[in-house]
Amino acid sequence: MLEIKNLHASIQGKEILKGVDLKVSAGQVHAIMGPNGSGKSTLAQVIAGRDTFDVTSGDILYKGKSILEMAPEERACEGIFLAFQYPVEIPGVRNSYFLKSALNAKRKYNGEDEIDAMEFLALIKDKIELLEIKKSFIERPVNDGFSGGEKKRNEVLQMAVLEPTLAVLDETDSGLDIDALKIVANGVNALRGPGRAIVVVTHYQRLLNYIVPDVVHVLLDGRIVKTGDRDLALELEDKGYAEVQKQAAKG
Amino acid sequence: MADKETYISKFAELETKLSETAPSWVHDIRKSAIDRFAEQGFPTTKNEQWRFTRVRPLLRHDFEPVLEYEQDGLPARKLDELCIEDTGCRRVTFVNGHFAADLSDLGKLPKGVRIESLQKALQTDPERVQRHLSKYADTGNNPFVALNTAHLIDGTFIYLPKDTRVKEPIHLLHVTRSNAKPILSHPRILIVAEANTRASIVESYIGFDADTYFTNPVTEITVMDRAEIDHCKLQKESAAAYHMGTVQVHLGRDSRFKTDFISIGGTLVRNDVNAVLDDEGIECSVNGLYLANGHQHIDNHTLIEHAKPHCTSNELFKGILSDRAKAVFNGRIHVHPDAQKTDARQTNRCILLSDDAQINTNPQLEIYADDVKCTHGAAVGQIDENAVFYLRSRGIEKSAARQMLIEAFAAEVLEGIKINPVRERLTMDIIDWFTKARGAGKAD
Ligand SMILES: Nc1ncnc2c1ncn2[C@@H]1O[C@H](COP(=O)(O)OP(=O)(O)OP(=O)(O)O)[C@@H](O)[C@H]1O
Ligand SMILES: [Mg+2]
Repeated sequence: MLEIKNLHASIQGKEILKGVDLKVSAGQVHAIMGPNGSGKSTLAQVIAGRDTFDVTSGDILYKGKSILEMAPEERACEGIFLAFQYPVEIPGVRNSYFLKSALNAKRKYNGEDEIDAMEFLALIKDKIELLEIKKSFIERPVNDGFSGGEKKRNEVLQMAVLEPTLAVLDETDSGLDIDALKIVANGVNALRGPGRAIVVVTHYQRLLNYIVPDVVHVLLDGRIVKTGDRDLALELEDKGYAEVQKQAAKG
Repeated sequence: MADKETYISKFAELETKLSETAPSWVHDIRKSAIDRFAEQGFPTTKNEQWRFTRVRPLLRHDFEPVLEYEQDGLPARKLDELCIEDTGCRRVTFVNGHFAADLSDLGKLPKGVRIESLQKALQTDPERVQRHLSKYADTGNNPFVALNTAHLIDGTFIYLPKDTRVKEPIHLLHVTRSNAKPILSHPRILIVAEANTRASIVESYIGFDADTYFTNPVTEITVMDRAEIDHCKLQKESAAAYHMGTVQVHLGRDSRFKTDFISIGGTLVRNDVNAVLDDEGIECSVNGLYLANGHQHIDNHTLIEHAKPHCTSNELFKGILSDRAKAVFNGRIHVHPDAQKTDARQTNRCILLSDDAQINTNPQLEIYADDVKCTHGAAVGQIDENAVFYLRSRGIEKSAARQMLIEAFAAEVLEGIKINPVRERLTMDIIDWFTKARGAGKAD
């Protein structure tokens, strides 16, 4: 589904990703952990097509094809979704209008008919119930004045509506209370399936109790330095990154 | 080159031609106005109120007034297309400064209400007109107001007697059809809203293609006790037109007045709106939206005079500039010593779509009372690229994402417009404008 090969990326001449290799197969859930500033969000944004980062070498393959030349909207229409660590506030654009535009853009790209307001309302009703979101929420401007947790829930709502094949969730668990965490995890798990892949970036192994990953990676200073199963997350929680750091320095 | 002297000598010619048509007091007003104009001359950038707006380009043309109405078969449908879809409105149309009965449709008016040409009103209601005409807009303070008053030929008179209400919006449509001649018109609007009246009034200005002409309108509005007037000035002149306009408002006790100043057209545009809050309990909103591209220059000057206590004023202006467009926002709030408990707010926000576009914002607060709330804010920025990426990452194309953000930016002003045909058309106009601006500038 997703294959990243020796990916180097920099911003304003400063190298952030220094050779990332990652392979995620369909049906899998991968977790990426790593200290602050190690490049997790950079990796996520580069996958989504953020052009403030320069990819200096390496490649990203999605369904076997390089996506480096694709615009962010094209990637999205092809089924890639990024849940932002810091969702952007857009005053003046209604959440429902935004969601409907996004959904219709994707449908149009795939040669499907655009859906009308009624169909959209019916579709969104289920998703709202699943994520226990207040109805008023979708008539408010996108993320404008939302609490931290509400913004994260809104990301998951968008994901649920757009039904991506590859979802990258960048710290979607940060700032969520326990109940919200379960609800968000339910939303993610509902998407899990043989045709889909999910990458979750997190600092807390707690999330992984709810979204059980197949593989856990440690990203350190722009490289994946360790890969393991979900026990790796427990180990990291216990010992911190110092141990992995030492091993990485040696190796 | 047409300087001050040219205008003065042309006035003398015109005044002899017009001597038959109006009562002598109108001639007195005209004559005294031309004297005020002669004293002031055209402003230079040394004048504090004209620091960022040069009127020299205007003086390069020899503009001439049109003396009579010539019907030239303009279809009403074409006007709808250029201006707003105003079915259901009461419409008064002026072409090249003259009342066009064939393009006007007033319907049956409530008893006592007058909506008619100023020329007609001088015959039907001369005393009332005399009591109010040129009693609000100061000819000594703005040479363009003086020039308009000196050339007073025609315009609109609206009179709402006590306790009356006109439900449908009143649309005062000003068309300039110059057919390549440099035409000058000085439309004059007088609105007298007596106590406890209500109406919505749109004054619009449109032109054709790239016609070069000069519109110099003055509007005087007096809103008496407890009356509510919703006003809009919609400026959609041709791309090569000059527009220098003043709206002067006088507000009475517990009255409500709201205006939206929309500027889309014109090459050199100056809007003045002056409101005098002359009694207690008044609520006054002055909002604006200006879009400019190419080499357009748009200057909005507002003056809110808080003369009495317990009044509220709100100003929200938003601008979108691309290419090499320039805009000026000057917001003066004058709180007199008497005006305790004044609550005055002012905001000007502007988006620059290109590096060469430019905005000068100048809040001028003059506060002589101590127990007041006065806030002002200004912000200039670009389209938020984080937001563009966010939308694109959801599958929305770059151009659509930018358009969505521009619409969102304008929404705050648009949603405040309660006159439906104006709001509906503007939503489309903004999209049109943005699509064109994107092609023209380095906006994309
Ligand atoms: N726009 C930028 N300009 C300059 N440096 C940047 C920019 N964006 C990211 N960086 C730098 O890149 C490095 C990696 O940042 P990134 O956001 O990818 O880290 P992260 O692993 O997601 O951290 P966190 O756990 O705190 O979210 C950091 O040192 C950061 O300061
Ligand atoms: Mg991060």
